[in-house]
Parts: sequence; C-alpha cells; structure tokens
Amino acid sequence: MPRNTTLLRSAAWACALWAVIALAPAPASAKTEIHFWHAMTGQLVDATNELVKQFNESQSEYEVKPLRKGTYPETLTAAIAAYRQKQAPHVVQVFEVGTQTMLLSGAVLPVYQLMKEQEIAVEWKDFIAPVVGYYSKDGNLYSMPFNSSTPIFYYNKDAFQKAGLDQSKPPQTWKQVEEYSKKIIASGAAKCGFSTGWPSWTMVENMHAWHDQPFATKRDGFEGLDVQLLINKEFGLKHIGQLAAWQKDNVYSYGGRQGIADPKFINGECAMYIQSSALIGGFTRGVKFQWGTGQLPFWGPPYTKATSIIGGATLWVMKGKPAAENRGTAKFLKFISEPNQQMWWHVTTGYLAISNTAVKNLEAGYHFKKYPDQYTAFAQLTKGKATANSQGLRLGNFVQIRDVIEAEMENIFAGKKTTRQGLDDAVAKSNEILKEFAAANKQ
Amino acid sequence: MQRTVFRSRWLPYLLVFPQMAVTVLFFFWPALKSLQLSVYRVNPFGDSTRFIGLENFAKLLGDPDYYRSVVNSLVFAGSVTVLAVAGSLLMAALATQKIRGLSAYRTLLLWPYGIAPAVSGIIFLFIFHPTYGVLPYFLSFITAYEFNWLLKGWVAMALVVTATAWTHLGYNIAFFVAGLLAIPGAVLEAADVDGAGPLRRFTKIAFPLVSPITFYLVVLNMVFAFFESFGVIDAVTKGGPGDATMIMVYKAYKDGFIGLNAGSSGAQSVILMALVIGLTMLQFKYAEKKVTYR
Repeated sequence: MPRNTTLLRSAAWACALWAVIALAPAPASAKTEIHFWHAMTGQLVDATNELVKQFNESQSEYEVKPLRKGTYPETLTAAIAAYRQKQAPHVVQVFEVGTQTMLLSGAVLPVYQLMKEQEIAVEWKDFIAPVVGYYSKDGNLYSMPFNSSTPIFYYNKDAFQKAGLDQSKPPQTWKQVEEYSKKIIASGAAKCGFSTGWPSWTMVENMHAWHDQPFATKRDGFEGLDVQLLINKEFGLKHIGQLAAWQKDNVYSYGGRQGIADPKFINGECAMYIQSSALIGGFTRGVKFQWGTGQLPFWGPPYTKATSIIGGATLWVMKGKPAAENRGTAKFLKFISEPNQQMWWHVTTGYLAISNTAVKNLEAGYHFKKYPDQYTAFAQLTKGKATANSQGLRLGNFVQIRDVIEAEMENIFAGKKTTRQGLDDAVAKSNEILKEFAAANKQ
Repeated sequence: MQRTVFRSRWLPYLLVFPQMAVTVLFFFWPALKSLQLSVYRVNPFGDSTRFIGLENFAKLLGDPDYYRSVVNSLVFAGSVTVLAVAGSLLMAALATQKIRGLSAYRTLLLWPYGIAPAVSGIIFLFIFHPTYGVLPYFLSFITAYEFNWLLKGWVAMALVVTATAWTHLGYNIAFFVAGLLAIPGAVLEAADVDGAGPLRRFTKIAFPLVSPITFYLVVLNMVFAFFESFGVIDAVTKGGPGDATMIMVYKAYKDGFIGLNAGSSGAQSVILMALVIGLTMLQFKYAEKKVTYR
C-alpha cells in the first residue's frame, strides 16, 4: 500500500520537524532575565516600559522584561496558572483588592524578606504611611508599592462660572455638593450635578474611611479572616440613601462600574466627578474645559474626618526562584522605589510618589505650586488623621465583594430595592463570600 | 460493512484521529476536569485542595442568585434563538426573491458572522451607550424615555439579546438561503398557477420544506446562546445592572476567573452542561416531530 506509507512518512516528518522547533534551545543571554507581568493600559504601558528601560540601562547584570498580561484579574489569573505550572514570572502586578489572596497564598516572597536576604537596604520608614499600611503585615511590607492612587474630587470650572459659582472653591461638604448641583442644573451649565467612577471604591469604601467609619469588623479585616461587613449601618444607609435620592433629580447620576462613567465628566454632562487621582494625567490631555480638583466632600458632624484610602496595585515577588535571579528582582524593586524614579513616575503618570523624600522634593521643586491638582491626593492622604478605619481594607475575595456591592448599589439606584434592603443583601452576600474564603484558607 | 473505500484497516482510524484527539483534548478532558473540580474546594493558588463532596452544588442550589442566573439564561437564550432564527428566515426569504444585485445583498448579509462577539458588543456599546451612544442621543429628541441600561435591567437584557442575535444572523441566513434555493422551482410555480400568493407559498410550501434546517438552527443557536455569548456580556454589561444580565456562563466565568473560586465555577459548568444537554434532548424528543424531512 504505497499511498499509506507515503502518508505515514510525511506525518512522521512533520512530527520530527515540530519536535526540532519545539525543543530547540533558546538563544543564550548574557544577562539574567527578570520577568515582570503587569496590567497597565494605554499611556501607562509606555510609562512602565520607560521605567523598566531606565533600570536596564542603569546596570548590566540584569534585564527586566515587562509583559502586559491583560486586565488586573487576567494578570492575576495568568500568574496563578503559571505558578501552578512552575513557570511563574519573578514579579507580578496585583491590584489592591487581591492583597489578601496574595498574602495567604504561600506563593510569594515578601519584599521585606527579599531585601533582607539580599542585604539591600531600603528606607521603609520613608514610605508614605497609608500606602505602606495597606500592604504590610505585622509591620513588614509584603509587596512593593507601584501605582497607588486615591479618589479625589474633580469639577468643571467653566460650568461653575456659568452657574455663578466661585471657580476657585470646590464644595467641601455634601450639602454644598447638593446645593451647587442644583444651581448648575438650574442654570443649564450641565445636565447633572455629579457622577462617580468605581462606585464601591469611591462611594462605599473610601467614604467609610474618610468619615472614620469601619467598613468591616476585625479592623477592616486586618485582624483575622472571620470578618463581616458593616456597610449597612447608620453611615452607609445615610450616604447611599442620599445618593439614591439625588439620583432622582439628577444631582447624582450613576454612570456604571469601573471607569465607564468618565465620559459623563469629560463631555460636560456632569459638572463634578469623583474618581482616582491617577486620572489627572488623562484629563490634562483629554478634557476640553477648565477643571480643578478638591478633596472629597465631607458630611460634617457628628463624623470626624480621617484620611482616604488608596487603590491601584503593587508588585509581588513570586517565590521559588534562584537566589541570583532574586537579586535582580530586589535591585529592580529598590530602583523603582528610589525618590528620583518615584518623582519621575508621579510626574509622568499622576500616580502617587510613595516616599516622603520624593514628596518633599516635589514640594521644594515647586512642582506642586505649578500643578496644585497633583497635590490634592497627597493632602488627602497625609494631612488627615490616620485611624484604624482609614488604613485600608483587607478582605478575601474582595473582587467578588466589590461586585456584590456594586450590583446592590445599582438595584438601589434603579429603585428596585430600598437602601436598607440593598445594603442588607450586599452585607449578607459578602459575609457568605468571606466565610467561603476563610474556609478555603484555613491554615 | 463495505470495505471498498479504505483498503487499509488502519487508515480510517488514522484519518479520524486528529478530530478525535482535538475532541478529547479540548472537550472531554476539560469536561472531566471541571467535573473533578466541582467536588473540591480549591484555594486560588491550588496548594490547598480539599474534597468536599457535593457541597459546591448544595451551595448553588441554595443560592437565590444562582436561580436568578438560570432564569436569566433561559430568557436570554430563548430570546436570542427566536430573534436570530425568525429574523434570519425573514431576511433569507427576502434574499431569495428575484431582485437586482442579489449576490451583493447575500454577501453583505453574511458579514456580521465574521465579527467576534466581543467586537459586536463594543459596536453596540457605541450605538446604545446612554452617555456617548449615537442612538440615545437622537432618541432624546423624540422621546423623553431614557434608555439607560446602566440602571434599567430589561433594557440591558434587550441590548445584549439584540447584539448576540445579530452576530448569529449571518450564519443562519447562509443555511436558510441554501435551503430556500434548494426548493424545486416547479413546486412553487405550480402553486403560483393555482393562485397562491407569496405569503401562502411561503407558509405552506417553503417553510415546511426548510423546517429541518430551522430545527437544526434552533438547537444550534440555543447552544451558542448558552455557551458562547460570554463576549457580548463581558463587553457591554458585565452582568449588570444589579444582576439583570448575569447569565450562567458569565457567572461561571466570573466566579472562576475573577473570584478565583474554581470549585464553584466547576460545579456551575457541570450544571450548565447538564441543562443544555437536557434542553437539546427535549427539543429532539418533541420539536423534531414537527419537522418534515424530505
């Protein structure tokens, strides 16, 4: 049967060819490669690549290779899959809500330990407290802060002028936000008063911290896995209830999850907006009207003002790599944490500079005088009173919890549930998720 | 068994081997894997895996949110199937009329099938988004009703149903056009001579003759809507508002990949698979009786 033999022979050849291609050794590199997976998008990818390039050119032993792996959840999932196949990258960027998952994973080498092993001195004390607090356990930093931000208040100065409001004075209290919104709508300067990005992060998580209210038991989850949410208490009911009421007359206009409400502010539909301080860069390039920033609105007594909390991501070091490679990782992390790089990073991206020295240098160099909006976030994080309620949130399966909270906010704003019912449901569902996490992570 | 085609005993096996290998590797193996996962509690990094029996299933069956996603799925898949099959039959009937430029129409009708669901989602986003969409902008001139699917659940559902059905249209039309063209002209002409109008000719002759195709497409569109609609949902509503468009396949993805709860996600996939197998069997048992095979 000649035909079959030919077929088999070509199949065998094809297999052999594939084997050669697949098994061919990769070209040897003189430098030790450090793989760095991240989830940056758009302009931030360029900034990240530039920062990595600066490190690669600063020395000749190591070469950091950045690779974008998709969104934050996708990057985390990819890193987990790679870790299970023993192919993990050296460094992976994980968003703040993944902190508890990473801490309990047993898959990471804490940065403080890495630096100690490599005998590389880092001025931990120089790091900004709210950033360090979020990512520390027992006073030790577990991941290297990379891109941190906090929600701030943006307002459309042109609309303020049209409505007869003082352009240089953003509202300080929620009462003023309401009053200004009504004036703005009445004058036709904008269709709606204000909107918000990342609804749970800005309106629930940060509002609780800002008003010195607990978000969850066990010191917001820092003191154990047996945690329950507290957002259906007096403050949560008041704030979310008020938003729901404002939703009816356009003082507030809900614009969706994550950052998809951004166009509401950018195209002038809403005159005020609460979103991450990291949008300053994007707004500077993309917004056609005069705008300014202010600190988050406050409800006033009986509450006392604490600080806001941060969001963004940090860099985690995966364990199980040879010491020589860990040395490169340590040097890279040390490099990006130094004041010069931090200043460059802040000016380029709008993310917070994480060392006090960098902040002082920015002040001394008149950077903040020239760009006062860039100072708003620092003021909010450092000038307020840091309390147990404003240190950050440490919850397992936080991504799911955020989803639950946002889904219930939508039910409340759409009038499908009362504020109490919606928040009670959010708490009940979240507690169930927390229980599941605790069970899966029982030591 | 005739052995005239293949002279070698092994050649047929060799020829079907790639197909079988792909099926086993990409279908049976993952299916078994999720069956296995569904009885474990796994922590995200997979270093603590504990057998918990049917606890994952018990949890889902006691969770009203899960029932909600089942109902959402049925509504979603049902609407998509009806819209996509009926719509494409209508368009195919029009595309088999004797009109000028017919082949151009037919080609154009096939185009949407080349578009990935996620891309179609993005297109619909730009058309319907309450803030920057084109349609709400013009609608605001003629009606005061706000088509805000960021808060109105049924509007969100209608949007993802339309977007998904739209991506299926091209595929369905191709089948219907082929089926309608295969109807012998003499039959239709005879009916014409007997005085039957176009509508009557369609309902009494053409439609019964393409009923096997319709049945096939109903099954296929339903399966597609259950399993492959993930892209549209992810691009447009992400399951919201509330959980109005949280369908089973999206919930399984979300709990597994975003929530890192592989056990529950595995259990959800198993239930989803069982549900779709069940529905398909029901269709074959009951709906197929109404189908006329030539």
